[in-house]
Amino acid sequence: MLAPSAVLASVAILGGVGVTFGALIALANARFRVDEDPRLDELADLLPGANCGACGFAGCRAFAEAALGGAVAPAGCTVMGEVELDDVAAFLGVDAGEADKRVARLLCAGGSDVARRKADYVGIESCAAAAAVGGGGKACSWGCLGLADCAVACDFDAIRMSATDLPVVDPARCTACNDCVVACPLDLFVLLPLDAPLLVQCRNLLDGDAAEAVCSVACTACKRCVQDAAPGLIHMDRGVAVVDYQQIELANPKAVERCPTGAIVWIEGRQFPVLDLPAGNEVTV
Amino acid sequence: MITLLDGWLKGGFRHGVHPPDHKEATASHPIRRMPFPDEIVLPLRQHAGAPARLLVQPGQRVERGDKVGEAQGYVSVPIHASASGTVTGVDWWPHPDGSQAEAVRIAVDPHSAQIPRPRLVPRWDDLNPDQVRDAVKDAGVVGLGGAAFPTHVKLKPPEGMAVETLLVNGAECEPYLTSDHRVMLEHPERVHFGIRIMMQCLGTSRAVIGVERNKPDAVARLRATIPDDLDIEVIALRVKYPQGAEKMLIKAVTGREVPSGKLPIHVGTVVQNVGSIAAIAEIFETGYPLIERIVTVSGPGVVRPSNLLVPVGTKLRDVLAFCGGLTPDAREVLMGGPMMGAPQGDLDAPVLKGTSGIVVLTAAEAKPTRVHPCISCGHCLDACPVFLNPSLLGKEAQAGRYGDMVEHHLMDCMLCGSCSYVCPSNIPLSQMFALAKGAVRREQQRAKEAAAADGPGGGKAA
Repeated sequence: MLAPSAVLASVAILGGVGVTFGALIALANARFRVDEDPRLDELADLLPGANCGACGFAGCRAFAEAALGGAVAPAGCTVMGEVELDDVAAFLGVDAGEADKRVARLLCAGGSDVARRKADYVGIESCAAAAAVGGGGKACSWGCLGLADCAVACDFDAIRMSATDLPVVDPARCTACNDCVVACPLDLFVLLPLDAPLLVQCRNLLDGDAAEAVCSVACTACKRCVQDAAPGLIHMDRGVAVVDYQQIELANPKAVERCPTGAIVWIEGRQFPVLDLPAGNEVTV
Repeated sequence: MITLLDGWLKGGFRHGVHPPDHKEATASHPIRRMPFPDEIVLPLRQHAGAPARLLVQPGQRVERGDKVGEAQGYVSVPIHASASGTVTGVDWWPHPDGSQAEAVRIAVDPHSAQIPRPRLVPRWDDLNPDQVRDAVKDAGVVGLGGAAFPTHVKLKPPEGMAVETLLVNGAECEPYLTSDHRVMLEHPERVHFGIRIMMQCLGTSRAVIGVERNKPDAVARLRATIPDDLDIEVIALRVKYPQGAEKMLIKAVTGREVPSGKLPIHVGTVVQNVGSIAAIAEIFETGYPLIERIVTVSGPGVVRPSNLLVPVGTKLRDVLAFCGGLTPDAREVLMGGPMMGAPQGDLDAPVLKGTSGIVVLTAAEAKPTRVHPCISCGHCLDACPVFLNPSLLGKEAQAGRYGDMVEHHLMDCMLCGSCSYVCPSNIPLSQMFALAKGAVRREQQRAKEAAAADGPGGGKAA
């Protein structure tokens, strides 16, 4: 049987300790307080919270701080749709601003229907793994391996694999976050403005018949597009045509007309026009 | 007790695996010269280090032994034409690593005797070590065991480091391969002569040749031909994979362990493959640069398994055709042995200086296996020769936790494949580690470039 005094003493000691530390915390809170813009939390809640880094900041909160300081317009976040963008602009009381919508484009059109295979790859189902094992079995050493490392890396579900094993990017979902560019072991993705219509869908450095022998849509380095485009817009770099996107406003559909293989294309919106995706996997433009 | 344990450990290392060696298919086949093919393809990137710089132009005539590429920098070697003929082009060509690489194509003279130009054979005993090293570099000699590291670099010990022992690697632990075995058996004098040259260059007085006990005839031949004035010991090692890995061989022969991230020279040794040693000797015997090498063509998918002397740059297709072609059930062609060899996707890829063997497996051996989950049995831990935990690393690899893998010493993994070999769940551990190592290296490279681009204190969003 405990004496009542022992109970009281315990309560007093514990209570005293509690009050002392509580006071210390209150003191520290007042002493080391960091003043934060009260709008920051609210604004961070309005942002997508994807922390994808496509805006160039470390994450959504860093972007919110910059937006509050006026360093970046709300449109700097490429992930938001129009509704969200208007909300953020209204919250900040600024114009939403203009940002060039960029999307990931694949520098290969060699699906399983047009690109020759030279061997079967058996092993881990990953492009990076296949690329390290004898190049992955595709006759073209520069082409898409079709094992979907990019689709796995995409946080926005913007990449789906087509029936011919090519990744199809949905421009509406693509936020140009760069994840697929990093994921591709063959460096086949580039981020381009959505309205840049000219694209060479090939990185094969072989010339002429050698290129066509491995893939029927390869760039054969025939230079016709170079001749047909505005001077300086397209040049040949070691066996493949390269578009200078600094001068893209000079682009004209004539450049692609005489291409014998269809390696250079004129695109509006989606890159691969004909899609053969499983039901429920439709891609919107 | 200690001495007992010592005796048990002598001639071996801990862990490792025992794959069936299948060497009986070619071990008794003498080396035969392969006829010159119609076309030779010489990639400019055949060795570790910088690729060679192109010296020839399309249409140009080259004689057997002429340089077609010059060394570019210190860790690099020249490349020589392995047959007389006409350069038809410098094109992208399938490389055994799976990529396309710039290669010199030579249309070989038909019906030519292929006699090299008359040349002066250097008398090595008149040369000082620097001149010997230059001669070795000029002959394009690289490690013939597979890694193709330029040999002249190994002939120069770093400042202030002494070489106690020259270790000659005759283990040849990969199943099927017998090219080193045949060199030791047919050219033991050449091996000893090469050792003599290397010992002089390295300033060391002791050499040890490590040979696995499954080659008793080679051990006997080497022992019988040791020159009286040289301190060479031939050690018969226990048969175990990966005995031929540099660090395992050092452990087996000297009992010393090469620390993580360090080189053999840090424990006073230099390791050289017997084939490379014979190639060094050949420079000073015949004056030939490294233009041909011994290749074991074996495996159940080859009609006539053989040990061949093949001109470097011969296409795999031609080599296999000379061996009677592939059997109908041939499924997978490997350059190197079945444990670490590189699967080939294109038979137009040429034999390189580092190609020790071509092994063809049939559908029965190369059949895809179903992968099951890890049951934490621990077999891989007992197999790993560098004492890693492949089971844990495999789980981390699956989760993409490469940072944790590095902490668990991923970078010490030499991709010998022992863990994959013993795994009862068929988990492709070795491939996962190769992938992870590649990703980590790329990440390090990217970080380095970013640091260089930003400059000190620079930030992305600043």
